[in-house]
Amino acid sequence: MPNSGIEVLFEGSNFERLLGGLLVTIEISFVSIVIGTVLGVLMGLLRTVNSRPLRLVLRLYLEAFRIIPILVWLYVVHFSFSPMLHIDISGGATAILVFSLWGAAEIGDIVRGALESMPKHQVESGHALGLSRGQLYRYILIPQAVRRMLPGSINLATRIVKTTSLVVLIGVIEVVKIGQQIIELGVIKAPNASFWVYGFIFILYFIVCYPLSRLSRRFERKWQN
Amino acid sequence: MAKLAEEGNADMTKTGELLLKVQGVHKTFGDRQVLKGIDLQVERGEVIVILGPSGCGKSTLLRCLNGLEPVQGGHILYRGQDLAGGDVNWRELRQHIGMVFQNYELFPHMTVLENILLGPLKVQRRERAEAQQQAQELLGRVGLADRAGDYPRQLSGGQKQRIAIVRALCMNPDIILFDEVTASLDPEMVREVLDVILGLAKQGMTMIIVTHEMGFAKSVGDRIVFMDQGTVCEVAPPEQFFTSPATERAQHFLNIFEYNKL
Amino acid sequence: MNLDWEFIMESLPLYGDAMWLTVKLALIAIVLSLVLGLVFSLVLFYKVKGLRSIILAYIELSRNTPLLVQLFFLYYGLPKVGIHMSEFQCAVAGMTFLGGSYMTEAFRSGIEAVGRTQLESGLSIGLSRVQLARYVILPQALAISIPSLGANAIFLLKETSIVGAIALMDLMNVAKDLIGMHYKTAESLLLLVLAYLILVLPLSLLLTWVERKVRHAEFGN
Repeated sequence: MPNSGIEVLFEGSNFERLLGGLLVTIEISFVSIVIGTVLGVLMGLLRTVNSRPLRLVLRLYLEAFRIIPILVWLYVVHFSFSPMLHIDISGGATAILVFSLWGAAEIGDIVRGALESMPKHQVESGHALGLSRGQLYRYILIPQAVRRMLPGSINLATRIVKTTSLVVLIGVIEVVKIGQQIIELGVIKAPNASFWVYGFIFILYFIVCYPLSRLSRRFERKWQN
Repeated sequence: MAKLAEEGNADMTKTGELLLKVQGVHKTFGDRQVLKGIDLQVERGEVIVILGPSGCGKSTLLRCLNGLEPVQGGHILYRGQDLAGGDVNWRELRQHIGMVFQNYELFPHMTVLENILLGPLKVQRRERAEAQQQAQELLGRVGLADRAGDYPRQLSGGQKQRIAIVRALCMNPDIILFDEVTASLDPEMVREVLDVILGLAKQGMTMIIVTHEMGFAKSVGDRIVFMDQGTVCEVAPPEQFFTSPATERAQHFLNIFEYNKL
Repeated sequence: MNLDWEFIMESLPLYGDAMWLTVKLALIAIVLSLVLGLVFSLVLFYKVKGLRSIILAYIELSRNTPLLVQLFFLYYGLPKVGIHMSEFQCAVAGMTFLGGSYMTEAFRSGIEAVGRTQLESGLSIGLSRVQLARYVILPQALAISIPSLGANAIFLLKETSIVGAIALMDLMNVAKDLIGMHYKTAESLLLLVLAYLILVLPLSLLLTWVERKVRHAEFGN
């Protein structure tokens, strides 16, 4: 292991810059998750509507994201949409667009699953207790739906955070890109920089994702029954 | 099944040989004491029925006898060898001490015959032809000769439990432990399983049976062992136990069953 | 939209080569991941001291970091400490590092789904620990794991789209180059999407079919 080189992380403003890059990654993820959740809940509700064509279209929409890699969708939007439609769309906007649409598809599937698995007798026994419609949702249906959806949704959030690493490939200046800049600048002074920089970014992602996946697993265990 | 009862087996009758001796066995789960000094002796050819309220430790005792639970104190002497110590070859011993479980636990991915032969072929390394012949014979005795090629999922609960008994028998054990083997069965299937066990008893098989079937306990047992709260409260022949139990706890226990009959 | 069909025909061999690279890479990574997963899940099952916590730590590291960063570390970082690998070797190593943890989890949940009482039943007829794994646990666990193993295989196949980042001439880089050199954006992207559709769709349909089949044929006990 090179005993020289780790200083590169703390030279000048490198450390702050890397964290700043991480913040860009987190921002893109966060905005995408928020938009994706809103659209996804809507989509999940639509997928339980009793209309075959609608359900088919929404299913195909989901499968498009499950079959074609996300990086391909990033490329498609990045390379085609802007020149074709004469809209100048930044890498960050491209990423948020793709991740939001992907998130919506997956959240929609989670919401649909939760809604469809809601047992009918829960509603009936709620009625039998004399609960009003509002109370039924407030005390019985929504808490159960949340329990069913939360682990999968947090898991999806982890996946989205990990996938944001790809946005460097469509020119977004985020943590990996800043890492590359630091490595290039220090090519003579710190020839081993790439080991430390990429190792550090590896750990940064772990620090962000690990708590999320722990949380998801905790909820999963807690609400298994 | 009736056939089983008629066939006597000369070398399996009671000889007075002490097969199993349990001395002061203690078992704890965390800080909960489940067995608090159990004493029990089993002679060859004897049928011991263990009764007691749920949670009294009777199933745990059986599991200790088969090495599925380690004990924290006391001795389990099987033909003089102590099984309570750390250095026990359970693989070898389990060939002599068979066990039948409440939920049958047949292997779902194997046929009936494969289930029965797994132990004889892989553990005992016996000849396939010879083992298979014995398996077929045993299947015939429990009335399931034609089910050798079936998978467990194709069988009823009672049939599965009879197969599980054959699987234990085919290892030619000295003793078989029965852990509430009818507790998961539909009522109409209980009888066919109990009949098989009754047949084995008449044949002189040594057995320790944990059950909640009082009538069965009365007719199959040579001795009734009544357990409560991790201790043996009473050991008595069935007639005596069921007509005039010596301890208050046994009386109380039997009263509950009387009440249930009302 | 007017597509340049001549260009499409001329580009086909390039996409064909790239698809072959993807298939080759995915196959090797999937097989290695399966081997790793099987071994690791057995180590976890037997609770091998020391190894167990190493494997658990590996699973967390692998599952909570992006493949792209894993690849960059392998490709740019490791040579600095004297470990040199070709692009292809790096891609295989990175994807196996990623896939191994997913496969371990799939095998592990299959093994855990085989009830404790099944193990006791096997023990009670005198099976050794190894025999128990071979005759009782693995046959049942594998059947249970097949859908998630399949899903992981498809996941790995899709993840190959990232290896272009370490200069392998995969589908992504072919498309990118064609766009850069000829400005045939629509054609290049169309072929790119089609290529992945051809690779992934049949497997995805197969998996759906297998899942349905397995659900129906679940072992009843």
